[in-house]
Amino acid sequence: MSTKTAGRKIVINPVTRVEGHGKVTILLDEKGNVQQTRFHIIEFRGFERFVQGRFYWEAPTIVQRLCGICPVSHHLCAAKTTDMIVGAKTLTPTAEKMRRLMHYGQTLQSHALHFFHLCSPDLLFGFDAPVEQRNVIGVIKADPETAKKAVLLRKYGQEIIKATAGKKVHGTGAIPGGINKNLTIEERDIFLKDIDTILQWSIEALELCKKIVKEKLEFFLNFGAFDSNHLSIVRKDGCLDLYDGLLRAKTADGEIIFDMVKPEDYLDYIAEEVRPWSYMKFPFIRSLGKEKGWYRVGPLARINNCDFIDTPLAEKERQELMSLSGGKPINASMAYHWTRMIEMLHSAEKIKDLLNDSDLQGTNLITQGTKQKRGVAWIEAPRGTLFHHYEINDNDQIVLANLIVSTTNNNEPMNQVVNVLAKDYLQGKSEITEGLLNTIEVGIRAYDPCLSCATHALGQMPLHVQVINHKGEVVNELSRK
Amino acid sequence: MSMNVVTFTIDGVEVKSAPDKTILQAADDVGIYIPRLCYLKDLPPGGHCRVCTVKVNGRPVNACTYPVAEGIVVENNTEELHSLRRNIIEMLFVEGNHFCPSCEVAGKCELQALAYRLALLTPQMPYLYAQKELDATHPDVYLDRNRCVLCGRCVRASIYLDKKNVFGFENRGISMRISVNSNDGLKDTNLTKDDKSMSVCPTGCLVVKRQGFTIPVGKRPYDKKPIGSEIETKTVNS
Ligand code: SF4
Ligand code: SF4
Ligand code: FES
Repeated sequence: MSTKTAGRKIVINPVTRVEGHGKVTILLDEKGNVQQTRFHIIEFRGFERFVQGRFYWEAPTIVQRLCGICPVSHHLCAAKTTDMIVGAKTLTPTAEKMRRLMHYGQTLQSHALHFFHLCSPDLLFGFDAPVEQRNVIGVIKADPETAKKAVLLRKYGQEIIKATAGKKVHGTGAIPGGINKNLTIEERDIFLKDIDTILQWSIEALELCKKIVKEKLEFFLNFGAFDSNHLSIVRKDGCLDLYDGLLRAKTADGEIIFDMVKPEDYLDYIAEEVRPWSYMKFPFIRSLGKEKGWYRVGPLARINNCDFIDTPLAEKERQELMSLSGGKPINASMAYHWTRMIEMLHSAEKIKDLLNDSDLQGTNLITQGTKQKRGVAWIEAPRGTLFHHYEINDNDQIVLANLIVSTTNNNEPMNQVVNVLAKDYLQGKSEITEGLLNTIEVGIRAYDPCLSCATHALGQMPLHVQVINHKGEVVNELSRK
Repeated sequence: MSMNVVTFTIDGVEVKSAPDKTILQAADDVGIYIPRLCYLKDLPPGGHCRVCTVKVNGRPVNACTYPVAEGIVVENNTEELHSLRRNIIEMLFVEGNHFCPSCEVAGKCELQALAYRLALLTPQMPYLYAQKELDATHPDVYLDRNRCVLCGRCVRASIYLDKKNVFGFENRGISMRISVNSNDGLKDTNLTKDDKSMSVCPTGCLVVKRQGFTIPVGKRPYDKKPIGSEIETKTVNS
């Protein structure tokens, strides 16, 4: 897209080591000041068409095709939506707990992947370390022991997914009104054998993250920091809950914007803006409007929003982190990493609790009630709040589907982080450096975006930057293979 | 030698059979699996799909319709025939619109199971992406033509087992479709979900509603054992 704005346009394409594609454009005015930044997401649009005309009970398996990164979140969110359609108001304890186990397994493996493969290279080697070192291979070379644990943590989560959903990808476990299997004693014992190690490694990962951050606390708290609202679900009593709850939004200062919103009312509180230059919509809180209503989702928003965590180790960590801001929301982008690790620990604790719960061996798997034509549900996917909304016709076919995915919820924050970083680092400079590219990548990566359905070899995507002047001429260009 | 027994060979193995059987029936009786799709025990053979092709004295025939005869030499388990069968299965895949990972009959689908058994991994032929209709009008069952392999089992089951006449074929060649005996879709037929024809479809085309995905992965018929093994595990006695 050529710009009518007088100024240069810098294009960074694609952002490496985010899951999928992205492109960054920085518009500068004639003086070289950052005028506007745009984070273009080349992302599959048309979720809705994937399920239209299909039967509601197919949704939990079909929607997994939408995203290769967090298929389990889509699977569970769709299943929760179909619970509403079949009138299953309360699931059986076995069904609810099996689904929770699946979800914590998914969160554990996703957070482990992000931290070790995508984020730790940045933290361990510094943002300006050469790309050749600042990748997962570099981590393996520098610290083979940590790398091994990362692989096993991830594997543990994936095995939990397999035991609850039937397969590591494209599972079918969650079905309208419940689940199609329980956890056998044999399966349980395999997981119980290793859970204390998994807990220990989750603590170590968190400690590693904290150690690095605390060494340069000021820097981390200011890097890519900006104020925002925060949105997440919380349990009725305000507790962190990744699987189910009611919607809460807080301002950057921690004031409640709304609270205890039910899924079926989401459209009264959230709206989506379309901007011509982006495929991805920009959601916002209705009462605050487009300009001020955008919000962060994901680990940071969740930890900011909840009143407490119901697992002791994670709660202690939450308190320590929140004491940095006197209990008010933290608005630093890099705090995503810290909160992600608190959630990984929380997931490990939850998995342990669940494994010791004999409800998982129950045989009452499905509930049904009076059929409804409309279903809306949400879940806290690893990357943030995910909304599914379906409406069906008399033939059980989905006639309307609306999905707001986590990365879409974080769309504006990712644009903001690019903006803030570009302003800080580019001000006055005309030369694009590797350092600028690195900085922007690190900022975006904190949000763990899943940008398309495609997964790529980690850290192997080329990076391309262009500076274009107001006449549309390329005046500066930087590529890395 | 009794008049009531004929003796012949399948892949060099001697087989004895009553003279009124087809090659496929005789093979089933002795625990030899000949791949098939449109054939179903309890239904008259249709001879539509040609997946059961074997060679009799060097000539390709349908095992499901060809009668046994004294001294014939039958080839079944050869790479040549498997490759032919693979081609047929592949064509059925690319002519339809199949996406097994999100299909509710995956794991119990005979088409999918045949693809696994015959080691058909990814179709090399171009997909047709043909526009096919889903009939969801019936309160209890649906007909998703995207997954139909035109085996005609439902047609025969409706006529011979249910004594109804719900299904038929329309058009020819590439535009051939399964049709229903009404102007307004399945809801206007006398089909019920308990009809025999509702249990014969080898794929996810003719399916009872609201039952999908209730059997977990690992417990579905073909998760553990390949298609045909139920025949092969029979004790061989002639
Ligand atoms: S009908 Fe069979 S082959 Fe077709 S999508 Fe379903 S499982 Fe796959
Ligand atoms: S609907 Fe099923 S049984 Fe009938 S012809 Fe099609 S594939 Fe065969
Ligand atoms: S099974 Fe013989 S032709 Fe189909």
